[in-house]
Amino acid sequence: MELTAKKKAESTKDKRKKLVDATMRRHGHASHALIETLHSVQEVYGYLEDDALHYVAQQLRVPLSKVYGVATFYHFFTLKPQGEHTCVICTGTACYIKGVPAILQAIKENYNVDAGDTSDDGKLSVLTARCIGSCGLAPAVVLDGEVTGKLEPDTLIERIGRMIKNDV
Amino acid sequence: MTYEEFIQLGEEQRKKNGQYEHSIDVCVAAACVSMQSDKIKKSIEDEVKKKELGTNCRVRGVGCMGLCAEGPLININNGKSLYCNVKEEDAQEIVSTIDKEPIERLKLSADVPFFDHQLKIALEDSCNIDAESLDDYLAHDGYEALFDVLTKMSPGEALQEIVKSGLRGRGGGGYPTGLKWSTVQIAITDKKYVICNADEGDPGAFMDRAMLESNPHKILEGMAIAGYVVGADQGYIYIRAEYPLAIKRLRNAIKQAERKNLLGINILGTPFNFSVEIRLGAGAFVCGEETALIASIEGQRGSPRPRPPYPAESGLWEESTLINNVETFANIVPIMKKGGEWFASVGTEKSKGTKVFALAGSIKNTGLIEVPMGISLRDVVFEIGGGILEGRKFKAVQTGGPSGGCIPESHLDMPIDYESLITIGSMMGSGGMIVMDDSSCMVDVAKFFMDFCQSESCGKCVPCRVGTAQMHNILEKITNGNAGMHDLQLLEELCDVVKNTSLCGLGQSAANPILSTINFFRDEYLSHIQDQHCPAGVCKIKKEEEVIS
Repeated sequence: MELTAKKKAESTKDKRKKLVDATMRRHGHASHALIETLHSVQEVYGYLEDDALHYVAQQLRVPLSKVYGVATFYHFFTLKPQGEHTCVICTGTACYIKGVPAILQAIKENYNVDAGDTSDDGKLSVLTARCIGSCGLAPAVVLDGEVTGKLEPDTLIERIGRMIKNDV
Repeated sequence: MTYEEFIQLGEEQRKKNGQYEHSIDVCVAAACVSMQSDKIKKSIEDEVKKKELGTNCRVRGVGCMGLCAEGPLININNGKSLYCNVKEEDAQEIVSTIDKEPIERLKLSADVPFFDHQLKIALEDSCNIDAESLDDYLAHDGYEALFDVLTKMSPGEALQEIVKSGLRGRGGGGYPTGLKWSTVQIAITDKKYVICNADEGDPGAFMDRAMLESNPHKILEGMAIAGYVVGADQGYIYIRAEYPLAIKRLRNAIKQAERKNLLGINILGTPFNFSVEIRLGAGAFVCGEETALIASIEGQRGSPRPRPPYPAESGLWEESTLINNVETFANIVPIMKKGGEWFASVGTEKSKGTKVFALAGSIKNTGLIEVPMGISLRDVVFEIGGGILEGRKFKAVQTGGPSGGCIPESHLDMPIDYESLITIGSMMGSGGMIVMDDSSCMVDVAKFFMDFCQSESCGKCVPCRVGTAQMHNILEKITNGNAGMHDLQLLEELCDVVKNTSLCGLGQSAANPILSTINFFRDEYLSHIQDQHCPAGVCKIKKEEEVIS
């Protein structure tokens, strides 16, 4: 029983690696494919896993320090695993003047999570984005990949609650 | 594909479009999609199928119609009526009344003058073409401009049209496009590249996103024409990873165009080769700067480098590279179709054509607009934008994102063009326009932008890295009510230093939001400093007595 579970874990790991390999192959394993490859890693692993970074560095023949340098330079990449659900809060100008500080405050009060962190139970990650370009909907929030807008703090908290509950 | 086949495809689609008696065009750009317009479209399609209207009623997902505030929007029978705030449960009623009187409840009231004053060149047809169909683009004369340029014009002649048009870069700087193209054209390097800058990082701007989501083929066609003129056979689109829908539509469009030989080798049977690849940005504002963008495509950290040499001389992999913004490329096809002189007849003496703006903030009609250059800010805010939200008073309009400034009521009658905006300490920028009412504190707004610049500074040059942090600290002090008059003076000096000594555009313009707010709203700064009072009630200042008690 334990063996099959282990095998299964191995095989999903292989599958993920294959997807990353495909990206590198498409670019001929050139060193300039680094950012594209990191995108692919983040897409399949959910974040930039240590082992994956080592693997990418080795495959593209790029120093690990450079891989780390690039990974930490760009805000889109994250080195921390994400919670089961994500809530991305747009902090663009339009959203800011329409009340993002109050929204962040409400999330902090209800879930005890600061922007950029994950709740202790691993259920909710709160992220901020510079601008998601949905200024017409300000203040805009992306809940598990779905953009919603024109939210009051109370309605957002309720939506997050529902999102987490549906999971259980 | 030969030219005959290409013309035939367009003909067929036009015929197909013509046989429908009714049409329902649902907006499927990001703003409406986030209000479930894709589900509405699905329900309408199901309903059409159920009623067996198949050949009589066409349902399409089209690009941005502009009035995002009232979304989801649906255009019925080619503009006969425009439905707004549509819900999924309205689908049945919409389909069953398609040949009858429009539904009053959903109809956009006629007294919204949103569409007056507008002139669409870059956005032309974007709300009238199926956003995911190449055939529909061909039916609207798509890729014909490219074919004409390839077969009837030399690169030099095509360049002349661009020069004549007077088009200037729409990414913010306003550099003459013709001049840029000619520099790349005469450059002697082994290979040349065309890059489309879709790294729309300005908070409050979403023009490029909407254009790429609505009509991606127009951008590809513009890039291919640019490739022919400058002698490049490879193009890159550098787009933000935060725009998944735009990326999806672009990928789809590139695949479609390649399949029909509108991109690739020997395009339309001519000797011209041009292919386009997508590169994803990863959330760094500084990558909108051209040298940083090039570094990012090369797989490096997005740090800018000093210019010259300009990318036109030594850009991507040290080859001559043409970089233009999405909106600039969107203007190429109309210029080639109607001629440079026609384009130059629109706009002001030094700023030709139109500009797309993203209206947002405390304004009734938020959304995407395209207006001729030279229109006044007042017309944009109070006519097209419909004015300020109920019960509030206009305070300022912010243009140019973190590089721009806040423009007060007293300057609202100024015409919008590159030069006028710079004279009052703002800039055109890429086109974000955020309207603020009296509930916004201008010191707090300046602090917001400085927080942005500080965290987006790449850290390469000292004035920007350290200067933005120090400016942010002083603003923090002012908004906390702990600053003295000497801090204000220090802030102004610091602005001057950072502006004049930074390496790239990010640092050079980082001080603009502070300088323009100090210039136009000095009283608010003074009130924070001298009276420890925030007039808008935004900053939570603890007065000394309160702290003691």
